[in-house]
Amino acid sequence: MKRFIGFVRKEFYHIIRDWRTLIILFGMPVIQLILFGYVITNEIKDVKIAVFDQSKDETTLRLINKITASGYFKLTENINSYDEIEQIFKKGFVKQVVVFEPDFAKKLKKEGKASIQLLTDASEPNTANLVVNYTSGIISGFMAEENKLADIPVKIIPEVRMLYNPELKGVFMFVPGIMAMLLMLVSAIMTSISITREKELGTMEVLLVSPLKPVQIIFGKVAPYVLLAFIDAIIIIAIGHFVFKMPVLGSVSLLMLEALIFITVALSLGILISTVTNSQQVAMMLSMVALMLPTILLSGFIFPIENMPWPLQALCQIMPPKYFIIIIKSIMLKGNGFLYVWKETLILLAMAAFFILLSVKKFKVRLEA
Amino acid sequence: MKTIFYIIQKEFIQVSRNRMMLPIIFVVPIVQLLILVHAATFEMKQIKMCVVDNDFSATSRKLISKFSGSPFFRIKYSSFSYSEAEKFLQKGKADVILQVPPHFEKNLNTNNPGKVMLSINAINGVAAGLIYAYSGQIINDFNKDMSSGKIQIAENHTRPETINITYTHWYNPQLNYKTFMVPGILVLLVTLIGLFLAGMNIVREKEIGTIEQINVTPIKKYQFIAGKLVPFWIIALFELAFGLSLGKLLFNIPMLGSLWLVFLAAAIYLIAVLGMGLFISTLANTQQQAMFLSFFFMIVFLLMSGLFTSVESMPQWAQYFNKINPIAYFIRIMRMVLLKGSGFSDIRIELLSLAAIGSAVLAMAVRRYRKVA
Repeated sequence: MKRFIGFVRKEFYHIIRDWRTLIILFGMPVIQLILFGYVITNEIKDVKIAVFDQSKDETTLRLINKITASGYFKLTENINSYDEIEQIFKKGFVKQVVVFEPDFAKKLKKEGKASIQLLTDASEPNTANLVVNYTSGIISGFMAEENKLADIPVKIIPEVRMLYNPELKGVFMFVPGIMAMLLMLVSAIMTSISITREKELGTMEVLLVSPLKPVQIIFGKVAPYVLLAFIDAIIIIAIGHFVFKMPVLGSVSLLMLEALIFITVALSLGILISTVTNSQQVAMMLSMVALMLPTILLSGFIFPIENMPWPLQALCQIMPPKYFIIIIKSIMLKGNGFLYVWKETLILLAMAAFFILLSVKKFKVRLEA
Repeated sequence: MKTIFYIIQKEFIQVSRNRMMLPIIFVVPIVQLLILVHAATFEMKQIKMCVVDNDFSATSRKLISKFSGSPFFRIKYSSFSYSEAEKFLQKGKADVILQVPPHFEKNLNTNNPGKVMLSINAINGVAAGLIYAYSGQIINDFNKDMSSGKIQIAENHTRPETINITYTHWYNPQLNYKTFMVPGILVLLVTLIGLFLAGMNIVREKEIGTIEQINVTPIKKYQFIAGKLVPFWIIALFELAFGLSLGKLLFNIPMLGSLWLVFLAAAIYLIAVLGMGLFISTLANTQQQAMFLSFFFMIVFLLMSGLFTSVESMPQWAQYFNKINPIAYFIRIMRMVLLKGSGFSDIRIELLSLAAIGSAVLAMAVRRYRKVA
């Protein structure tokens, strides 16, 4: 036992003396949370638009004011011909051109009908779609005011409740994902690399001939990362809770228990990778392709799984982070208890057992040349 | 010159002998294009809906069938009590609950507004916004259907003025998300090759100790660096060509502008990326550190670059940051040239900024690099 503790201490020194690893360990979650919390939004704000007003009357002027006063749009250019539209789109800053037909106000008075054309730069399709919807909304609002038709008698009014995230904060979505990603990074990738590193440098040989048992070596390698992963999980939840006001409705101890299960899965994956590779580069590439990409893309972290084509959806079913993310969201945001997540927990446990069995079978006490 | 050539030759031999390199060069772009393009989509279809109809009238049924008829919604459950429906939401089996309260039709017939309740699982804020927008549209349509049926009698009295709104989406009329993602993913590809492979290559020599052998040779610093970076510059440009042809073959992405311009921009951009790789390699002693540092920088630069979300909606400080973010410029250039056919004069400023960033980063990295172990 004393030997084992000594070994664990050695591992700790390895990690703590390396400031670059520490930056990754503790800087990464903080920076990512800030980026996702403040930068990555799909809101429309200050989108640059241009106006091609062929009528230039009082009505179009008021309508333009209405559009720019909304805060969604910023009028940057007035243009005078259709040819200019292509030019400004190609420069790439203006996302929408609003075209008023000639004699706009006159037609509106006489014929009761006038036309506006919205041209968007749809090389960013989501933005284009939102921009058109917002502008149409503003124009309809304008017309309703003009016509005083706001109170049409018969109308179905939808009452909307946004459950679990009333302010539609993006962070609520990202905190569970970042947690899954970091736990994966710390537990699986760092472990696999640190074991292959000893192999590559030849120090593994020294460890294997020492009186330490192979099991002790593996546990000693893994122990510091479990602790670090745990600290990371706590940091992420704390920032999410105190900075971004993300609620923790369910039980914290259940949350920690689930985190521990996920860490076990990730660690067993890391050990498995390290048993099948001999060089750090291979271990890294395997971890990147087999662990990191799926954790970011195929787990429902950023992109909802339901919208993917079925082969990818099938692939998502065997990704451990998918289940972990479901569990965290369920506990933190919905306040669900164990009864709601037992299925996912069971799947994670089964995965952990499977990977551990596999890596025990593959672990070699001897090094081949 | 000859020395540089030999170093380059040595690198190419090493790369071609490396078992891992071939799969990386050919498999990574294919996997990225196939998986990323399909997985990275915000399009919503098949929103799972749970209906609680407490009115059981002709109107409520019509409204519900209007929802089930839309391509966006699929009615998976119906229930009589809201609390049961909320369980579906809580278990994640439904995304939205539509509740029609009792006396809904009666209210409508007596000219009171009929209320319906939408409860949306809003953990994914973006998706919730879209669900709300889609259901709003459907209810609006339904309103129009009803009122056009009712207002017909009163039609001749007043004729409300209406504005006819038409819209055209330029460059991507079907709003195909794939055409948007492919150029961005190509940028990711080129960045990965440049940043990871180049940075790790030098650190690998450090870690194994072979850098010592090079350091004792009379080779000049600039020769060594050029010899190390040029192979990856060539490989990355080759990757771009490979990725572009894949994008054309698999997704038929438009290529309106000149491809020469794309490669010119890529060539300049790669100088900045390789410079960053070199800089990281001066900071790191082991490949593990190099990889984590590259990963860290890449995540930050990439997320801020507008690959997934539009740059305009970011806060002001993020937009200032993007002035020194090479990835942001390159993504803009790629999308502009490929999708909109922008010419040299349209992207002049971006190219110049890239060149400035590239030379600054490279100069800094070269200054930091020491020919001692």
